[in-house]
Amino acid sequence: MTVVLKVENLSKHFGGLRAVNGVTFDVARGELKALIGPNGAGKSTCFNMLMGQLKPSAGRVSLNGEDITGKPPRDIWRRGVGRTFQITGTYQSMTVAENVQMALISHHRKIFAIRPFAHKLYRDEALALLEIVGMADQADRACAILAYGDLKRLELAIALANNPTLLLMDEPTAGMAPKERERLMQLTADIVRDRNISVLFTEHDMDVVFAHAHHIMVLNRGELIADGTAAEVRNNAQVQEVYLGGGTLYAKEDAHA
Amino acid sequence: MGLFAAQLITGLANAAALFLVASGLSLIFGVTRIVNFAHGSLYMLGAYFGVTLMQMLPGGFGFWGSVLLSGLIVGLIGVVIEICVLRPVYRAPELFQLVATFGVILVIQDLTLMIWGADDQIGPRAPGLKSVVRILGEPIPQYDLALIAITPFILLALWWLITKTRIGILVRAATQDRTMVGALGVNQSWLFTGVFFLGSALAGLGGAIQLPKGGADLLMDLNIISAVFVVVVIGGMGSIPGAFVASVLISVLNVFGVAYLPQSTLVLMYVVMAVVLLIRPYGLLGREEKGGEHGQVGEPDRPIRPAGLVGRSLVAALMVALALIPVFGSNFTQVLLTDIIIFCLFAASLQFMLSTGGLVSFGHAAYFGGGAYAAALLVTHAGTPMELAFLFAPFAAGLLAIIFGWFCIRLSGVYFAMLTLAFSQLVWSAAFQWYDVTGGDDGLVNIWPSEWLSGTTTYYYFTLIVGVGGIILLRHLTHTPLGYALRAGRDSDRQAEATGINVKLVQWTGFAVAGALAGLAGGLFVFSKGSIFPNELEIAKSFDALIVVFLGGVKTLSGGVVGAAFMDGVRDWLTRLEYWRLILGLLIIAVVIIAPNGIVGSLRKGAERLGFYRGEFSE
Amino acid sequence: MKHLKTLMAAATAVLAVAGSAQAQESIKIGDINHYKRLAAFAEPYKKGLDLAVQQINDAGGVLGRPLEVISRDDNGKPGDAVKIAEELMTRDGTVMLTGSILSNVGLAISSLAAEKGYIYLAAEPLADALVWESGNPYTFRLRTSTHVQAAMLAEEAAKTDAVRYATIAPNYAYGTAAVAAFKEILTKLKPDVEFVAEQWPALFKIDAGAEVQALEAAKPDAIYNVTFGTDLQKFVREGSTRGLFEGRKVYGLLTGEPEYLDPLGEESPEGWFVTGYPWYGLEDGPGKKFVDEYMAAYPDETPKVGSIVGYMTIQSIAAALTKAGSTDTPALLAAFEDLQVPNTPMGDIMYRGLDNQSTMGAYVGTTAIKDGKGVMVDWEYKNPVPYMPSDEEIKAKRPAE
Repeated sequence: MTVVLKVENLSKHFGGLRAVNGVTFDVARGELKALIGPNGAGKSTCFNMLMGQLKPSAGRVSLNGEDITGKPPRDIWRRGVGRTFQITGTYQSMTVAENVQMALISHHRKIFAIRPFAHKLYRDEALALLEIVGMADQADRACAILAYGDLKRLELAIALANNPTLLLMDEPTAGMAPKERERLMQLTADIVRDRNISVLFTEHDMDVVFAHAHHIMVLNRGELIADGTAAEVRNNAQVQEVYLGGGTLYAKEDAHA
Repeated sequence: MGLFAAQLITGLANAAALFLVASGLSLIFGVTRIVNFAHGSLYMLGAYFGVTLMQMLPGGFGFWGSVLLSGLIVGLIGVVIEICVLRPVYRAPELFQLVATFGVILVIQDLTLMIWGADDQIGPRAPGLKSVVRILGEPIPQYDLALIAITPFILLALWWLITKTRIGILVRAATQDRTMVGALGVNQSWLFTGVFFLGSALAGLGGAIQLPKGGADLLMDLNIISAVFVVVVIGGMGSIPGAFVASVLISVLNVFGVAYLPQSTLVLMYVVMAVVLLIRPYGLLGREEKGGEHGQVGEPDRPIRPAGLVGRSLVAALMVALALIPVFGSNFTQVLLTDIIIFCLFAASLQFMLSTGGLVSFGHAAYFGGGAYAAALLVTHAGTPMELAFLFAPFAAGLLAIIFGWFCIRLSGVYFAMLTLAFSQLVWSAAFQWYDVTGGDDGLVNIWPSEWLSGTTTYYYFTLIVGVGGIILLRHLTHTPLGYALRAGRDSDRQAEATGINVKLVQWTGFAVAGALAGLAGGLFVFSKGSIFPNELEIAKSFDALIVVFLGGVKTLSGGVVGAAFMDGVRDWLTRLEYWRLILGLLIIAVVIIAPNGIVGSLRKGAERLGFYRGEFSE
Repeated sequence: MKHLKTLMAAATAVLAVAGSAQAQESIKIGDINHYKRLAAFAEPYKKGLDLAVQQINDAGGVLGRPLEVISRDDNGKPGDAVKIAEELMTRDGTVMLTGSILSNVGLAISSLAAEKGYIYLAAEPLADALVWESGNPYTFRLRTSTHVQAAMLAEEAAKTDAVRYATIAPNYAYGTAAVAAFKEILTKLKPDVEFVAEQWPALFKIDAGAEVQALEAAKPDAIYNVTFGTDLQKFVREGSTRGLFEGRKVYGLLTGEPEYLDPLGEESPEGWFVTGYPWYGLEDGPGKKFVDEYMAAYPDETPKVGSIVGYMTIQSIAAALTKAGSTDTPALLAAFEDLQVPNTPMGDIMYRGLDNQSTMGAYVGTTAIKDGKGVMVDWEYKNPVPYMPSDEEIKAKRPAE
């Protein structure tokens, strides 16, 4: 088993608050791994440190053996990490295809090219990626008028543009209808399998997590309290304690339904 | 020691009127996000009403009553402006309202001239406060002390209003999150009107209260507006205590500047602003602006495509028509069109960074004038041939943009805009004050083209080719990966960075390109006019370009060019009339209200509705 | 109210011109000024101009044809002025150009005039460069230059025993030139003078309290003032309140002009030695005649310097046209060479072939308050020629033709 992402003792302190404290884990190639935890557990902080939006207070992040701690997002992306956001960040003024083309242009380092026109560059590659996420039929629609679920799928296509070895997905199904959630996670699982890449995602919907994740990590108050298969996590006493207040691990959290 | 204390007191007294006007502007911006250029005009009206009322109402009671009454009247005028001019355009793209306020400035200027005449009015003195008090042996005017005593009360009153009353809570809520107020069940439009009343009344009070230290004249609107903006930005937009601290800071520094560095009067406050912004990007007491706010209000921009066959044919036909002008049109038509093409290129260069890059510059004249000066300086001091000097114009302007851009792109939104303004003022004051090199405001003259280009017709063709070439180049760049990367950074900074785009580098490049093309326009300008003066570097010049971009349509590709042609054409025709500013102002306001998406944007919408033009947004 | 009357007066003037113009095609003169940007100074100029046109046309016009002035507003921008100048000359068919108060606009039009071969009579711009460093054969200037007016004050200052001088001038070309000229001439006349402070407030943005404190701190014996307009009002008020002018002689460039003295009213400074225009003191001669005619034409108005400049501008143009006998540019150009203009409100003047500058002079005198108004007393009219640099110096300054 090849380790793609290695996180050692990662910490982030905001003043006295230890948002993330000494988190250590690995993500292996071809693995679909979930990071869960109650609100405020530090999932997003953790993600933002992995992707370079936040500088860690301590610890080390390495990708395929290379230290990427504290590097800016665009450098981490260049090393093969794709990302989707909890709140989508697509380019509203471009078409669906152009959104993907933009990432491809960046991947091929053609940002400062003055010929040819951008909308002609890597269009076929973009359509192929859109095909994967099932958005090819909407390729020429304006991004601004897409349904939310479609935006999420578009973001996935964008994240695949640089042939990533690792995808970081922050709440990929937030705000989607249950059926859509299932479709998107199935799609993600297929991509993991077909392209042999790794995915680390955070998620509120436990159905989604337990149905698709190969491994699950549980974060509570900034500390990792469990890391294992679905069964292992389900039976972990500490995890049960954390989640008891909010019902059982199998129930959906109403707040996000 | 005595002198030092006296200087401090003078500074504090000067801060009074500045604070009143600035707090009003800050309040209006904080709640409505409107950059109200007409705020200086409200200040001017306060002064004129003050003078008139004080002549009618005698005595101390009359004086102070007039001050309050002036504030009240100007507040009501503010309400009229808000309801008639601004309310129809709240949903337009952000900063679009500043075009409307620009129209208001023109209208108020001419109305004031009509009502009060052209003569400067000296301000009446405050009864009972006409002499001086000796403090540590230094004479201090009594009225200065009165002003120093009044200001904290106004600050306290505003503070009480904002922190202790329900209106204040709503205002604060609106300052932080406008949608929240609607959610709280408050009628947002009346809140905006109320805030406009208060802000305008403060400006009017400021105008009236400064009368014993000055008077009322027709230039005071534009004379104060830049100082007020500087104060509001240094203090942090939307922050009343910030406006107070900044007024005191600027006024006191100014007094010491006058005493120890008398030549600094032109530029001191802009230097202070630049330093403050580089250290604290959101002003002394301001809060970080929420990301993604500018360019995102109203409808999103649409996907773009290079012009199709029809579009290209139309442009080609226009080019042929323009090329035939010397055959059919008069000599002056060529002169006028030369002016218009130059302005179009200047506006297009601003639109490139503003629309495509989301970088709102308030100081674009620095590159237009900078390019013009660069060429003129070479001709004047080095006897450089015109051809070489002309090529140097875009080069020098681009270089200037690279240097200033490096600082500016660290900031965003209104703060970015104000830093560009500060830099443009530095360039302006260099041109204005460095007499031996730039000729000061007597400028550089006899900068004419070479023999082969000197005829009106020849130069017209030269301008047509270079100007249209520049516009096409900018358009081309918009469609290239660089243009797309600029839009990507504008639409979602986060996504762009997360997909390997160095957004700041892209914006810096966009800034430099826009600067260089503005410099090209400046080069064309200086050889068409034969002279260059600092007024081509003024704030007014920057705003000319800004206004035509918005007027033409900020969310279109050709808005700047169309807006510039419209404005220059209309202005040329209107200036023949006596009250042309009134008419132009009303015309601008009318266009703003009828076409809230700008001329091009609204025409496109109309065409869509009629079915001439298929757009996905009409679905 | 006041405005309405102005409008009616203007309308009558226009009608009068139009009426007589029907007889024969008029001779058109292009006039460019900052009618909006500097309305307070441009309006009196326009009134003087209109009065002269009306008088000339009533007397049968020039060369048997009526004069017609086409006035345009340039909003105070040199670039716009150049465009309008082109329009006037090529589309409206004017035979020559005149106008402008601001030096930069004057210089811009002058540069265009030389390039395109248009004749330009700069009416009010004061910059010395207009006829000297940047002078050209096509540009003529009516008004007394900065250098000459400063020299008149410096001559008076040299007579006193004051040695410590402070200056205050707006921070732009006119202000710097005015201070430089005063310093140069005074130092030549009285080598032991010392300049202890130079204050440079931004034009129309003076911080008067601070400027007065700074001047006071330098403890000068005398002060040279170049501020004008609203700056002057604020400076005088703060200075008087704080006692800056007590026991000090003040020399004020242009301070005595009605444009600047009138708004000060009863707060006008007393005892300043100034250049200006004491129209109220004129008792006979063409100067008095002009004042009477002006006040008859505009009952609510008193003459300003702008009025007399506007009036003399048209007189000069009419004289040139008459001498040339035609409206051709070469003939007009030749006519302006050493052109004599008799019977102006300031007596006979001449446009010097040497530098195209007219010999219009200036009044100097001392300020006082009379009936709640600022006036000049003990005034005299000064011929400018003795105050100009020598012919050789001027020749060296003017670019070779």
